[in-house]
Amino acid sequence: MASTTTFSDEELARIRAGFPILSRTVRDGRPLVYLDSGATSQRYAGALDAERAFSEEVNAAVHRGAHQLSEEATDRYEGARATVAGFVGGATDEVVFTKNATESLNLVAYGFSGSVAGEAKDPRLDLGPGDEILITEMEHHANLVPWQELARRTGATLRWVGVTDDGRLDLEGAHGPALGELLTERTKVFAFTHVSNVLGTVNPVRRLSEAARAVGALTVLDACQSAPHLALDVAALGVDFAAFSGHKMYGPTGVGVLWGRHELLAAMPPFITGGSMIETVRMESTTYAAPPQRFEAGSPNAAQAVGLAAAIDWLGELGMDRLHAHELALTERLLAGLAERPWVRVVGPTDTTDRGSAVAFVVDGVHAHDVGQVLDDQGVEARVGHHCAWPLHRRLRATATTRASLAAYTTPAEVDVLLDALDRVPAVFGVAS
Amino acid sequence: MDLYQELILEHSKRPHHAGLRQPFGAEVHHVNPTCGDEVTLRVDVEGEGLDAVVRDVSYDALGCSISTASTSVLTDEVIGRTVREAMTTHEAMRAMLTSKGEDAGDEDVLGDGVAFAGVAKYPARVKCALLGWMAFTDALHQAGIDTTSESGTTAATNTAL
Repeated sequence: MASTTTFSDEELARIRAGFPILSRTVRDGRPLVYLDSGATSQRYAGALDAERAFSEEVNAAVHRGAHQLSEEATDRYEGARATVAGFVGGATDEVVFTKNATESLNLVAYGFSGSVAGEAKDPRLDLGPGDEILITEMEHHANLVPWQELARRTGATLRWVGVTDDGRLDLEGAHGPALGELLTERTKVFAFTHVSNVLGTVNPVRRLSEAARAVGALTVLDACQSAPHLALDVAALGVDFAAFSGHKMYGPTGVGVLWGRHELLAAMPPFITGGSMIETVRMESTTYAAPPQRFEAGSPNAAQAVGLAAAIDWLGELGMDRLHAHELALTERLLAGLAERPWVRVVGPTDTTDRGSAVAFVVDGVHAHDVGQVLDDQGVEARVGHHCAWPLHRRLRATATTRASLAAYTTPAEVDVLLDALDRVPAVFGVAS
Repeated sequence: MDLYQELILEHSKRPHHAGLRQPFGAEVHHVNPTCGDEVTLRVDVEGEGLDAVVRDVSYDALGCSISTASTSVLTDEVIGRTVREAMTTHEAMRAMLTSKGEDAGDEDVLGDGVAFAGVAKYPARVKCALLGWMAFTDALHQAGIDTTSESGTTAATNTAL
């Protein structure tokens, strides 16, 4: 990676030209400094064009009817699936389009409630009392609450890997049980995030998936915060399922992805039922289509899937390694700037080792909402709150944090604007700086 | 920034009537799920209905300057007053905060509460300013006080925002 170069000024200008919103102003004419891409990224114009072109050129119900438009619409929709499959290094029939990553994770969690009706139960997917579900304390609520619900429905026990004071998974058991004690033959599924949406921590996925496999547990990866930033290769990561959202990776809202190993998807019950996901329907009972159709009931979000594929193509043109180098350099600049301000405490890793570009911090004596308001007044749009990771905030003794999350279009100058804007905070609230 | 009036900053740094006290007729716990702010609030009331007198409001709050200051101002405005007066103040506060800046607030009704007029321009912060008021109204109900006005309509309670 050391040889990978960041984007030149010209390249960065060209990238930004693909995001018209970046030239708007906010709060009395201040240039927009958008540092909330971790919540939702801005949309790449090419993705919007693809979405619109689908609607203007081929719009029809996909997978239905034999007319030409339907054929062409289906082609583009299935082409989008192939693009996603290529992006994660999986097979086309292993890619399920969902509404968002939250739906993807709920779909998988539901899949552990028992295998397809009428077929022999797959013990790997049939949880009950005595079985365990393992997650981590740094999960987004979307990869936490569905597992709590699964535990409640099945009688299985929910356990979790803790977090160290510096924002890493407590795999060695410094503060609680070590991974080796938590991951046992009772563990049926281990769900964890690739990159923390709050701390930026990049988790050692390969190590976790190997440990899970060694005890026969399946793995579910929340890839929402990695898909837009790192090259994803599900085979190399060794996971069984991976979920991510289109709107966090320069694509449209309303489309998410679940990738899953085909033989597992084939053993899972449908999450949402209805049209398009059936094989045969009689008044008494129904048999289901093979994956991925089994998990795509109703009219799919075809135009959005096509938009997402265009965003993925664009990421491919940028090069994920160069994008990562660009974001890493910005993260380094931001962390260095924050380190110069002793009244700011970074919550999470303070160097760029195994780190993504989300940086959360607290200002001593000032609530994150108030920090965010001062930033917003200067055009800097950062996220404040617990970022849908409340237990993590409790663990790190922060009611709420301010989070800057960077993206392909973020410039070094914008990082500096954030740092300058931050300098106004102590004065406004009369705290020491 | 017109949001952070000096009065708000003063109240947030040195909130009035802070801490949980005895006696109390009801205690409630309210949270703002978007930011994790929390307030535990107790009321001590004497009498019934709108004529009941608010003898004390005590609280333990964890929140931003807006929610902390708003709860502090609330205690100044309602302690020693009737529930009728408190509800009038709450309604005026809610009207001002949800007016998107149209209603500048009446200092005679709101007291230091008028300092929050600027919050109306920031819809994301309105919940912060109302957190204490929502908890207070809930606590009155928990204490068995009917805050329904004579006309039969409920004075500002958990108005959806």
